[in-house]
Amino acid sequence: MNSWHAGSSFDEPRLLHDLHHTLPSQAPLKDFVHHNTLHALQDLPFDEAMVVATREWGHRTYAPIEHFRERWALGEISQKQLHRAMRKHGFDEADRSAMLSEPLPEVPSARIGQIRIQWKTNRQINLDKHIHSRLFTLIAGYLDQGVGIWRMASANAGGLWAAVRAMEAPNPGVLFRSKRAQAYMSAHSEPDLPELLQALVQDESFWYAYLWDQAFAHPGWSGLVAQLERNPSGLMDRREVSMKDFIALELLMEWEVLESLHGADWEALRPSWPEPDGESRLRRNHRILACWQEAWEWTRYDQVLSGLAVEAAQPVDRAQRSGLPTDLAYQALFCIDDRECSIRRHLEAEQPAASTFGVAGFFQIDCTFQPANAQFATKCCPGPLNPSHRVTESQAEQRHVRDAHLSRHSHGLFGGWITAQGLGFAAAWRLAKNILAPSDSPAMVRSEWHMDPLGTVHFWDGDPALEGQHGFTKDEAVNAMGTLLRSVGLVDGFAPVVYLMGHGASSLNNTHYAGYDCGACSGRSGSANARVAAALLNDPEVRLGLAGRGIRIPLSTWFIGGLHDTTRDAFFFYDAAIWPAFAQHAHEREWPGMQRALEANAVERARRFDGISKRQPARRIHAQVRQRAQRLFEPRPEWNHATNHLCLIGKRSATRNLFLDRTAFLHSYDAASDPTGKVLAGILNAVVPVCGGINLEYYFSKVDNDRLGAGSKLPHNVVGLLGVANGMDGDLRTGLPLQMVNIHQPYRLLVVVDAPVKLADHVLRASPATLEWIENGWVHAVVRDPESGLFHRWEAGGFRGHQPEITVPRQVASWAEAIAGRCESIEVLRKVAPTKSVAS
Amino acid sequence: MSAASLYEWVQVSFFMALAFPLLSMVLAQLIPERNERAIHRVVLGAALGQMALTVLGVAAWIAHGGHAIDVPEFELYGSEAYVFLIDLYFDGDSAAFLVVGSLLYSLIIRYSSAYLHQEPGYRRYFVTVSLFYFGYVWTLLSGNFETLFVGWEVLGFSSFLLIAFYRTRYLPVRNAVKVFSIYRIGDVGILLAMWASHHLWHENITFAQLHNAQLVLEHLEGHSLEGMFISLALLVAASVKSAQGPFASWLPRAMEGPTPSSAIFYGSLAVHMGVFLLLRTAPFWEHQVPARILIGLLGLVTAILSFFTARVQSNIKSQIAYSSIVQIGLMFLELALGWHALVLFHAVSNALLRSYQLLASPSVVSYRIRDQFYHHQEQVEEPWSWIPETWRLQVQRRAILEWHLDRVITRLVFKPVKALGHRLDFLNGRNVAVVLLPCYGIGWAAWWMQEDLPAALQAVLPSVFAALAMALVFRAFTERKSAGVAWLLVVMSHLWVALAVSLNEHFGLDHVAWYLSGIAGGAVLGGWVLVQIKRQPGARYGLSTYQGQVAHAPVLHALFIPALLSVMGFPISLSFIGEDLIFSHIHADQPVLATLNAITFIFGGIALVRLYARLFLGPDVRAHIGVPNRTA
Repeated sequence: MNSWHAGSSFDEPRLLHDLHHTLPSQAPLKDFVHHNTLHALQDLPFDEAMVVATREWGHRTYAPIEHFRERWALGEISQKQLHRAMRKHGFDEADRSAMLSEPLPEVPSARIGQIRIQWKTNRQINLDKHIHSRLFTLIAGYLDQGVGIWRMASANAGGLWAAVRAMEAPNPGVLFRSKRAQAYMSAHSEPDLPELLQALVQDESFWYAYLWDQAFAHPGWSGLVAQLERNPSGLMDRREVSMKDFIALELLMEWEVLESLHGADWEALRPSWPEPDGESRLRRNHRILACWQEAWEWTRYDQVLSGLAVEAAQPVDRAQRSGLPTDLAYQALFCIDDRECSIRRHLEAEQPAASTFGVAGFFQIDCTFQPANAQFATKCCPGPLNPSHRVTESQAEQRHVRDAHLSRHSHGLFGGWITAQGLGFAAAWRLAKNILAPSDSPAMVRSEWHMDPLGTVHFWDGDPALEGQHGFTKDEAVNAMGTLLRSVGLVDGFAPVVYLMGHGASSLNNTHYAGYDCGACSGRSGSANARVAAALLNDPEVRLGLAGRGIRIPLSTWFIGGLHDTTRDAFFFYDAAIWPAFAQHAHEREWPGMQRALEANAVERARRFDGISKRQPARRIHAQVRQRAQRLFEPRPEWNHATNHLCLIGKRSATRNLFLDRTAFLHSYDAASDPTGKVLAGILNAVVPVCGGINLEYYFSKVDNDRLGAGSKLPHNVVGLLGVANGMDGDLRTGLPLQMVNIHQPYRLLVVVDAPVKLADHVLRASPATLEWIENGWVHAVVRDPESGLFHRWEAGGFRGHQPEITVPRQVASWAEAIAGRCESIEVLRKVAPTKSVAS
Repeated sequence: MSAASLYEWVQVSFFMALAFPLLSMVLAQLIPERNERAIHRVVLGAALGQMALTVLGVAAWIAHGGHAIDVPEFELYGSEAYVFLIDLYFDGDSAAFLVVGSLLYSLIIRYSSAYLHQEPGYRRYFVTVSLFYFGYVWTLLSGNFETLFVGWEVLGFSSFLLIAFYRTRYLPVRNAVKVFSIYRIGDVGILLAMWASHHLWHENITFAQLHNAQLVLEHLEGHSLEGMFISLALLVAASVKSAQGPFASWLPRAMEGPTPSSAIFYGSLAVHMGVFLLLRTAPFWEHQVPARILIGLLGLVTAILSFFTARVQSNIKSQIAYSSIVQIGLMFLELALGWHALVLFHAVSNALLRSYQLLASPSVVSYRIRDQFYHHQEQVEEPWSWIPETWRLQVQRRAILEWHLDRVITRLVFKPVKALGHRLDFLNGRNVAVVLLPCYGIGWAAWWMQEDLPAALQAVLPSVFAALAMALVFRAFTERKSAGVAWLLVVMSHLWVALAVSLNEHFGLDHVAWYLSGIAGGAVLGGWVLVQIKRQPGARYGLSTYQGQVAHAPVLHALFIPALLSVMGFPISLSFIGEDLIFSHIHADQPVLATLNAITFIFGGIALVRLYARLFLGPDVRAHIGVPNRTA
C-alpha cells in the first residue's frame, strides 16, 4: 500500500475502490460489530503490515517499548522466549542492549497528509480549519437518523450532492458563497472529480495522494460514507450516499475557501513529493518491537499449552469422560464468547455432573427477528451470513417506554419553556436517585428486552404471523440442528435437560451497547435464537429427522432456551409453561446451584471492578455488579471482551479444570466424530474471522487508542445516532473507547485445535481465506494431536512441531481461591479436586 | 439563639461554603495522582460540607426572615485616593443559585469519581472543577463589581482549563482558546461598568445600595448617558456568559471536556451566570426603559434564532446547548418584563433539566434507536410545511450554519485585531528593545516635565500611550514566530499603560508600583521559563501551531501557569488590584482612554492564553506515531 506512487494519470475507479477497502469500516452504532481495524492490510504478513501502517498513517502498532521492558524486568517474559524471538528476527547477542535499554530508533513522520499540507507550508492556507467543521455538519445533517428534529429538507433528493444542490438551488449563496462554486454546482447534477481537482492541484499524478490525504484527515466520516454506500440498509431512515459525492463536496468547499481568500482566479497547488526517509530506522524500530511482542506472546501461550499438556496427562476420570446419561444432571450450550468462559467454570464447579459446550451463539438459527410492534426486522446471525429465515414475535409487551426528560419537546420554544420548568426538579431527583440508589430507567439497554419471554415467537414456515416471509421448514430445521449438535460433538448421551443459552448485555449511557451483545447475532442479544433453536429441537418431527441422521434424542430429554445477561449475571429461561414435568423438576433441582454459580461469576468479575469491596458476602457483591448496568456514570458496565487472546477448539474435558481467567473463546469439538474435517472447517471458518476480528480490534484500540481506538469515551458526543465524536467539531471516532480496553493485554489470538495435525492441515489449506489470517500471523494457530499429545504450530506455510516451554500450573482447590485478592491478570491455574482428607 | 448570633452564624456558614471548594482544591493538589480515592474523598467531603452549610445557612436565613445580608466591607487596599473593597452580599437570588449549585456540584463530584476512574488527569479534573465552583460561589456572594469581577475571572480561566481538559488533542485546546477569548470580550463589559460606576456614584457602589431606588434614581438623574453606558456594558457581559445574541456559538463548542463537567458548567451553572448578573443589577437597569427593551429584544431574537438552530443540530450536545440558549433567551425576556421570581424558577429548573439531559446524552443512541425501531414512520412530514419551501430552505440552511455567528464574532472582533497586529509585524524581538525601550524612557521624561508640556499635548499623550499599549497587545496576539517576543510585548504593554495613566492624573508613584509589582515577578518567571523551553533540544519555539510541550516539560509548564496568571492580572496577583486602581485614575469624561485600557487588558489576557495554549498544549509536535488526528 503506497499512496505516493499511484501512477501519473488519475484512475478514479481505482481510487474509490482503494478508499473503500482501506477506510475504517465501522457500521452505525446500532450495528456495531467487532472487526479487524486494519483489515485492509491483512494480505500482508502482520509485522510487514505494521511497518506499512506506521509509515503510511503514523499508527502506533505495538505496545510501547516500556510495556515490554517492564514485563521483562518483572520476569513475565521468559529468557528462552526472548532468545528464540531474537534469533527469529535476526538479532544476535550484540543486540541485547538495543532490546533491553537503548532508546528505540525514531520513526519518521507518516506519509499521510504530506501532500495536502503543502497548502499550508507553501501557501499559508489552512483548508481543514475552514472546511472540516462545516463539512461534518452537512454530512451529519444529511445522514442524521434522529437526533435533529428537522431533517434536512432535501434528504430525499437522492444523494448527498443532489441534496446540497437542491438546498442551494432556489437561491444560492448561503452554503456556498463562491461564485465559481455556485456556478459549478448549478451546472452539474453529477459531480466530476477530475474537473474539480484540475482547479486545485496542477499535476494529475498527485491527485490520488491528494484525495487520499483528504479522506484520511477525517477517517471517521469518510469511513462511514464508504460503509453506507456499500450497505445502505444500515440506516433505518434511508439515505443514498456515495464516496464520490462526499469527495466532490469537500473539493467544492476547497474551491469556496480558495475563492474567499484569493479571489476567483486562485492558483492551483503545485505540490512536490517529499523525500522519503527513515525507512531503515522504522524497520529497526519495528523489528525490536515485533521481537518483544513475539517473546511476550509465546511466554503466555506456552503457559497455556503447558496447562493443556499437564491436564491431558492426568489419569482419565471415567465418569467425566464417558458421560453416561444417568450421570448427567444437565448439559448447557453457551456461546463461544470469552465472557462465557467463567460462568461455565462456575456452573461445572457447582454441579460436577453437568457438562457445558461452546458454540457460535446464534445456534445455527440464521434469521431476521421482528419483535412485536416493531417497524423493522433485525438481523440475528453472524455478519457474513445472509439470513434466509424470519422469526416474528406476537402478543408481547412493548419494551419501549417514553421518557419526557429525553423528549424532543424539551428542545422547543414553548415546549421547552414548559418542560424546563415542569421537569427541572424531577430531573434533579432522578439524577440524585441514579447516583445514590440506581434503578431501571427507560433509557437503558436490557438484554431481555430483545424478546419478551411471555410473548409468542413464530418461526415455522407457513405460519401466518410471518406474513409470507420464509420461516423454517422441517427439513431446514433438521439440517440446522444437525449441524449445531454435530459441531459440538453432542450426538448422544443427552442429559434430561439441555440448555441453549444465548447471551446479551445491559447498560445505561453506553453508546457502544451493540458491541456488548452477542457478536454471532450481529450485535443483538441471543435470546430469540436460543429460544427458537430449543423449540426446533423439541419438535418431534425434527427429532425424527435427526434420528434419521444418527442423532437420537431420547424422549426423556428436553431443550430449554435461555439467556445469560453477561453484565448482571442473570439467567432467563423461555417457554417454561410448556416444559414437561421431568424437565421442570430437573430445572428446579439445578436452579439453586445455577444461582450460586451466577453469584460466583459476579464475584470473579468484581475483582476487576473498582469500588466494589471484595470483603462482602457474594450476594451483596452480585447486587453491586448488577447496579453497574443501571448507572449513568458507569463507563464500564462490564469488561466485554477485554483480555481475550485464546480460542480453544476441542473437548471441554481438556480445559474444564484450567483457570484461563476470561481470556478464551471456547468452542466444543470432537475430532473423533469428524473424520472428514467438515465440522472443523465449519468451525474454523466461522471462529477465526470472528474471534480474530474481536481480538485485533481490541489489540489496535489498546496499542493506539488515539488513532485506532475511539479515545476516552467521557467527552463523547452522539452524532446523528450514527457514531460518536468529540465535541461538536470533531470527526466520528472509530474503534473502541479507552474505557473498554484499560485492562486489555494486547496479545494476538492463539487458536488451539484438538485434532490430528493432518486433518487440521487439510482443513486449513482448503480454506484460503481462513488460512490467510494464520499464515500472515494475524492469528496464531497450534494443533494438539489428541493421540500423541504433541503440539504443532503453524509457521511459514505449514504445521511444525512445537515444544512448549513447560511451566507447571499452580494448583488451587477452588475457583474462589484462584482469584482471592487478585485484581491483575492471573496466570494459568489448575484446579484439583480436593482429596478426601481435605474434604472431610 | 438570639437573632444577632443567628445572623452571624448564617454569615459564617456562607463564608465556610466559600472556603470549602478552595480548600479541597489545594488539598487535592497535594495528593499523589495515583491515589484516586483520596482525591475524591477530599473533594466530595468538601462538596458535601459546603452543601450542608449552604442548606442550613439558607434555612436559617429564611427562618430569620430572609432579609438581604450585606457583609461589611473588607478593605483589601486603601489609600486616600482609592480603596479596593471586598464586599459580600446575600439575598434570595444568591440563595436560589447557591442551593442549586451546591446540590449539582455535590452530585457531579460523586458522579465523576466513578466516571473518571483511570482517566489520565483525574486529579487535574477535580482541582479545576473545585476552582470553578469556588469562582461560582464567589460570584454569587459578591457584593460589588470589584468582588464580582474576581469571581468572573476565576470562572473564565477555570472554564478554559476544563474545556482544554484533553490537552493533547487539537480541538479541545483550540475551542478552549476560542471560548476564553469570547469570555474576555464579556470581561470588557464588566471592567467598563466598574469604571463608569466609580464615576457615576463617586464611590464603590455595593449591590445592596442599588436596592435603594431613591438613590439610584437620584444618580441617574442627569446622567442617563452614563446609566445607559453601564447597562450596556453589563448586557454585553451577561450575554457573553449566557451565550446570547452574537455570542451564542461558544456554548456548544465548550462541550469538549468530560461530559459531567460540560453538564454542570456549560449545561447549567456557568451559562446562567449572565442571568444572575442581570438579576443582581436589575435594580439599576430597571429604571432605564431603553435598557429593558434592549435586553428583552436580545433575549427574544436569540430565543427564536436558537430555536431553529436547535431543530437542525444533528449532534446531541449542541442540541441541548441550543435548547438551553433558547430558554435563557426567554429568561432575558422575562427579566426585561420584570418577572424576577419566574426568572429565578426558570433558571434553576432549566439548569437542572439540561444537566440531566447532558449526563444522559449517551443514552439517546439506544433510546431513540429503539423509539425509531418501534415508531418509525417512513415519510416524515416536512417541518412547517405551510411555509413556502424557499423560505424554509433559507431558514434551515442558516440554522445549520448557526446563523454565521462564529463568523460574525471573528469578523467584528478578531479579524480587525489581527489586521492591526500584522501591521506591526516589524516589531520583532530586537526592534522592541531598540525602538520601544528608548521611547519608553522618553515617555517617562515627559511625565517628569509634564508641567512644561503644552496642554493640548498633555491631554492627548495618555491616550496616545494607551493606544500604543493596545497596539503592542494586538501585535502579541498575532505573533507567530517567537513566544518570547509575544511575552515581552504583553509585559511592555503593561509598562505603557502605567505610563499613560501616570500622565493622566497626578498621583503617587506608589499606585504604579502596586500595579507593576504584581506583574514584575510573573514577567521574570515567565521569561525564564520561555528561555528554558527554547534551550530544550529539539523544542520548537514558534506559535504558528500547537506544540504540546507539556508532554516534555511538565515542571516548566507548572511554573508557567502562575507567571501567566499574574501577568494576565488574574486575581491571585497584586496586579489585579492594580488594574482596578489604574482605572480609577481615568476620568469620567475619558471613555476612550478607559476603553483603550480595557481592551488592552482583555486582549493581553487573550494573547497570553493563546501563547500558553500554543506552546504547552495540543498534540505533541515532536511525536510521529500515535498522535491524535487533528479532527479527533
